[in-house]
Amino acid sequence: MADTADTGQDGGTGGAPPPGAGGPDNGWRKEYWTKNLRLMVVLLAVWFVVSFGCGILFVEELNQIEVAGFPLGFWFAQQGSIYVFILLIGVYALRMDRLDDEYGVSERNDDGSRS
Amino acid sequence: MSDIQTWALVFVALTFSVYIYIAWRSRVRETKGFFVAEQNVPAFANGAAVAADWMSAASFISMAGLIAFLGSDGSVYLMGWTGGFVLLALLLAPYLRKWGKFTVPEFVGDRFSESVRSVAAVVAIVVSFTYVVGQMSGGGIVFSRFLQVPQHWGVVIAAVVIFAYAVFGGMKGITWTQVAQYTVMIVAYLIPAWAVAQTMTGIAVPQVSFGQILAELDAIGREFGMDTYTQAFTARPQLDVFLVTMSLMIGTAGLPHVIIRFYTTKTVRGARFSALWALVFIALLYTTAPAVGAFTKLNMLQGVQGVSVDALPSWVANWQATGLVSLADGTDTVGTITNNADTFAAGGADMLLNNDILVLASPEIAGLPAPIVGLVAAGGLAAAMSTAAGLLLVISSSASHDLYFRYVDHHASERRRLFVSRVAMGVAVLVAIYFGINPPAFVGQVVAFAFGLAASTFFPVLILGIFWKRTNAAGAVSGMLAGLVFTASYMIYTLEVFGTQAHEHVLGISPEGIGAVGALLNLVVTVVVSTLTRPPSEHVQEMVEEIRYPARRTVPVRSAD
Repeated sequence: MADTADTGQDGGTGGAPPPGAGGPDNGWRKEYWTKNLRLMVVLLAVWFVVSFGCGILFVEELNQIEVAGFPLGFWFAQQGSIYVFILLIGVYALRMDRLDDEYGVSERNDDGSRS
Repeated sequence: MSDIQTWALVFVALTFSVYIYIAWRSRVRETKGFFVAEQNVPAFANGAAVAADWMSAASFISMAGLIAFLGSDGSVYLMGWTGGFVLLALLLAPYLRKWGKFTVPEFVGDRFSESVRSVAAVVAIVVSFTYVVGQMSGGGIVFSRFLQVPQHWGVVIAAVVIFAYAVFGGMKGITWTQVAQYTVMIVAYLIPAWAVAQTMTGIAVPQVSFGQILAELDAIGREFGMDTYTQAFTARPQLDVFLVTMSLMIGTAGLPHVIIRFYTTKTVRGARFSALWALVFIALLYTTAPAVGAFTKLNMLQGVQGVSVDALPSWVANWQATGLVSLADGTDTVGTITNNADTFAAGGADMLLNNDILVLASPEIAGLPAPIVGLVAAGGLAAAMSTAAGLLLVISSSASHDLYFRYVDHHASERRRLFVSRVAMGVAVLVAIYFGINPPAFVGQVVAFAFGLAASTFFPVLILGIFWKRTNAAGAVSGMLAGLVFTASYMIYTLEVFGTQAHEHVLGISPEGIGAVGALLNLVVTVVVSTLTRPPSEHVQEMVEEIRYPARRTVPVRSAD
């Protein structure tokens, strides 16, 4: 179907590949992507340790410790993990802003301000 | 009319007029407004809309009650329904926004093939319908208790209001109404929670202060023959807690009505920040819920402990009228309480409490004034309606955009497209009314079904489609079908649905947890089949490459910092 091929192209960066695609100076792409993946893996590791680790796998051990009335494992499962989730997304969004700027792929309005 | 009814009526009427007014202000004339709100919703507002869309009748009405009865294991809902946003923010939202289409089936259609698109559209419709049913019956409960309207009329009234703003405003109307609904919902949830925390502990921050009553709660629970509140794995085995949490997380990240919200932001960056705002707004309620559960349970147990049946607090009689609270015949004083109807019927407890009433009844149980109780009614309705509207939009967009225009009329004019989308929405509302009046199971269980299906069909294929260029159409179709068939079969095997008999859980894995296993199966099948068949075309691989970068490269601004 012809219209699917068309819509596919629109899905890219407004049509044509960026300058230098397939050329020798494409190293930045790999670098950018590797840094993105590294950040992602670190954050997801924290995500797993806090929720599945502290809240489920080691909850009984942590429950031996009590803080402000909360058994610690119980606290992680019902409170702590949620606060950490917010932090993780916050760190991700801010770090990606910096990464986008560093590699010149952040979204800008015509006057150069963040869009 | 009692005080509570009057106040409930005032708040419900007031909030409904606000919703209708917003709908009128944001009516749309073109499909881009209808499906993705013209892609100019600010991240903050979009976050609030996602939160309202996301927090359903189950979150608002049932969750604190579930936690109160499950104790420590109630954390599966708390972590499961928030942790998914980390996955969504890091793995899906920015990339799908960059792809820049209207619907999830549309992404898989472009990325894989037309047949994958059709499978995805049908699954999206099924998942959303399963979910919308819970919202409708949740709304009905609120109406029947607070306004003394019969449940089926309650469903119809809620549906008519949703119909009004969803059909005329589409995504745009829904988004701005949801911002209002979030506000109503969170205010209605937090005020009673603060008040209860203040009266019981002297500290108005429930998140901090419910620690103080846990020891007391553990003790009184034991006297009523319940499990120790803070002890883990009393309600579910550890493996099941792990799998249910995982299923709910990846189900969250795979639910079409949540993903679709990230298409409405202006930029990729906006999608990342929308996810952040969404979780902040959701966490406000989700960190309060376990406190509400604990406080209300303690209050309730203390209220009935050692009291003779004729002297029980008035909330007992109020809720007995709705059938959500029952007392066993010949009980003199309440010695044991259960939330399990089967245990109760077998004479195993003196009192039966439905999970769904805990939040709705908590202000009454704590003896808070009538206006607050009325506000909670409006909040419960906001939660049910905001989610229902988001789901109906997915149903309408999948039915019209992904099925009708593809197969019936793909040269339809803009006006015709909009008309068909509205008709699809109208039909969806009618079907939802029917199921809302004749719900198949209780609210929470129905929702679990939707999660399992979303987890086992969409999530793995979306992730692989974004991160692994080699994923192809054959792999995606086989993976999705494998996950879907496996998960649905296990659910039918272990639950009483469609007249089938419920069987024992295999390895203690509950039907809520099976989605995680289905997702793993989906992942493996997709990878294996993709590897064995031809790679996707150069063109598709180039598209996948492009979504990695938010914008076209301009001169790097390294020197700026």
